[in-house]
Amino acid sequence: MIFALVGNQNCGKTTLFNQLTGSNQHVGNFPGVTVERKSGTARSHKDCTIVDLPGIYAFRPYTDEEIVTRDFILDEKPDGIINIIDATNIERNLYLTLQLMELQTPMVLALNMMDEVRGNGGSVDVEALSQALGIPVVPISAVKNEGVQELMDTAVQTAKQRHLPQVTDFCPFGPVHRCIHAVCHMIEDHAKEMGLPVRFAATKLIENDPILREKLQVHDNELEAMEHAVDQMEAECGLDRNAALADMRYTFIEDVCAKTVVKCQESREHRRSERIDRVLTGKYSAIPVFLLVMMAIFYLTFNVIGKVLSDWLAMGIDWLTGVVDLGLTAYGINPVVHSLIVDGIFTGVGTVLSFLPIIVTLFFFLSILEDTGYMARVAFVMDQLLRKIGLSGRSIVPMLIGFGCSVPAIMATRTLSSERDRKMTILLTPFMSCSAKIPIYGVFSAAFFPRHAALVMIGLYVTGILVGILAAMVLDQTAFRGNPVPFVMELPNYRFPSLKSVLLLMWDKAKDFLERAFTVIFVATIVIWFLQTFDTRLNVVTDQTESLLAMIGALIAPIFTPLGFGDWRAATALISGFIAKESVVSTLGVLLGSASDVGAALGTMFAPVTAVSFLVFTLLYTPCVAAITAVRRELGSGWKAAGVALLQCCVAWLTSFVVYHAMLLFV
Amino acid sequence: MTLDKLPVGQEAVITRVGGEGALRCRFLDMGLIPKTRVLVRKTAPMGDPLELRLRGYTLTIRKSDAQQIEVEVEA
Repeated sequence: MIFALVGNQNCGKTTLFNQLTGSNQHVGNFPGVTVERKSGTARSHKDCTIVDLPGIYAFRPYTDEEIVTRDFILDEKPDGIINIIDATNIERNLYLTLQLMELQTPMVLALNMMDEVRGNGGSVDVEALSQALGIPVVPISAVKNEGVQELMDTAVQTAKQRHLPQVTDFCPFGPVHRCIHAVCHMIEDHAKEMGLPVRFAATKLIENDPILREKLQVHDNELEAMEHAVDQMEAECGLDRNAALADMRYTFIEDVCAKTVVKCQESREHRRSERIDRVLTGKYSAIPVFLLVMMAIFYLTFNVIGKVLSDWLAMGIDWLTGVVDLGLTAYGINPVVHSLIVDGIFTGVGTVLSFLPIIVTLFFFLSILEDTGYMARVAFVMDQLLRKIGLSGRSIVPMLIGFGCSVPAIMATRTLSSERDRKMTILLTPFMSCSAKIPIYGVFSAAFFPRHAALVMIGLYVTGILVGILAAMVLDQTAFRGNPVPFVMELPNYRFPSLKSVLLLMWDKAKDFLERAFTVIFVATIVIWFLQTFDTRLNVVTDQTESLLAMIGALIAPIFTPLGFGDWRAATALISGFIAKESVVSTLGVLLGSASDVGAALGTMFAPVTAVSFLVFTLLYTPCVAAITAVRRELGSGWKAAGVALLQCCVAWLTSFVVYHAMLLFV
Repeated sequence: MTLDKLPVGQEAVITRVGGEGALRCRFLDMGLIPKTRVLVRKTAPMGDPLELRLRGYTLTIRKSDAQQIEVEVEA
């Protein structure tokens, strides 16, 4: 049996999903959109699959999350719906519940955070609520794993008995009632034909939902009669169609709550949140605290925890490589196979694994920020700044992480609440100069601008940010034109993160990265190894300058002539940089025949002006293959990821061109 | 008066919800409908957006959007 898990954001849906399924989860995307689709087998009922649908507040046709959710329920017809709601915020949570009830699918209501309600002296008459809504209600605490087993049992039972929601009429009299009734009557046949619940179709038509209108193929004369009914309703109740229906639902909810819920006074959790917010969103403290938090995460990830893990991993790989190297040499294996294993396969595996510690550590911190509720505050605090480039506050976090490493930064866009913001942030993150490029800047500035190294470094970072801002403004006006998703966001109470959820997310991200990245990065490394090792006649080269890679470098070098560095060695180094930015310098060293003193040798190839041009190009051109794989994963399309890589190269070329020629004018 | 003009710490009752399309529907879905009591709790450090309290939960919206919502302070 298949169950859909539906609920608002911040109501504990993910925690419940983790409790229900444990670690048997599969993460994917809904086709065509960047909305995550998680599913898993229920621990207590092995024959049941649970699909975790995105956190939404209503069924509007405006966001992919909402469309995906309702399409899933209407088209894939799950056997049951588990609707989780936050009992401490019951009114607004029930708003979605009423709309789910209209879908006429067996359904259970999970009343989450009941422990918090009781702890503050409130209560919910579960029996009466179940009566009033006509669906089974199970009080639970997802964090404490209380009532979860009972919830699943009830869900299975409800689905087996095909027990449909009993209440669908939320206003027994009045103009709205008459209007819905009239429209139901008009479209009954259409709805039945399309297999849609009549009442759901009617309310959506009254709300003027274009997708439903298309689907139902309503005739013009019927549409006219319907519009007439709507006009009459609007005139009689003094509210327009959307407000009238929202009012109907909230009035019903207020009525139900008045009979079944004893509200507590301001809860302890809320008072605590207010106190914390005095600092975290305070007028003077908010931004410094945010910067401190980000700096601490950066420091811990890239300098302490992540680094130690990386070093251990590198040591392990080096050791293993050494042993295999010795073994193979002793065995007297063919030198090409030896090179394939040691320089190709081991380097490839090493490249993939080197990202892992950083991803795991970073997501440990990010999931804590997310689960505690701080991420919503970041959006609140930074919104004003990000709005100017057409984004909303939350995007600042992935972009800042981009200064460390683009891979986890792009993966972190998953939590952004709108598809538009997600896509745009993914496109912009690579403009933030990642830490793997620092050695390139370092070597070049030491060689050409020894006294202004810091200035060059800062200049490059600022250039990246400026180009990013420019790109954002262009995207905002072109590809992402139109209405951004409105910034109307809940600020949930601060909560302690559940260790289980944090660990599961880390595991999830690590697995996700390894699964998707391994093949691509691995193959790319082997391909580069192949190109470096052989010449056109497939002979093993003794001199790197004769390799296939050098040939390709020579072939594309003319592209860089207008930028001042049309040297095949520069082109070859840039190609190798696609695997990992670190290898740009080492490749140049090898090709210049002086691996030990690359800086001095660079002087024979670059002048200060062309060096700057080269640096600007390196700053902006395609991110490494690992980052592109992450882009492919998050955008859900290989073509789009290739497009991103190409776009970055074009932007890099143009910027370098402008910088180079501007400098020629002045120098 | 529109909601963006409501002083911090002041409670009022919504009389009309304007705006259009996705924004307006989002307002309505989040419970910002006529006759609802709403309190402006604070503004973000850079002056925008607003932090509101309504129906027992906390919501944040931008000032330019809050302009679409008319409120009345109860005597």
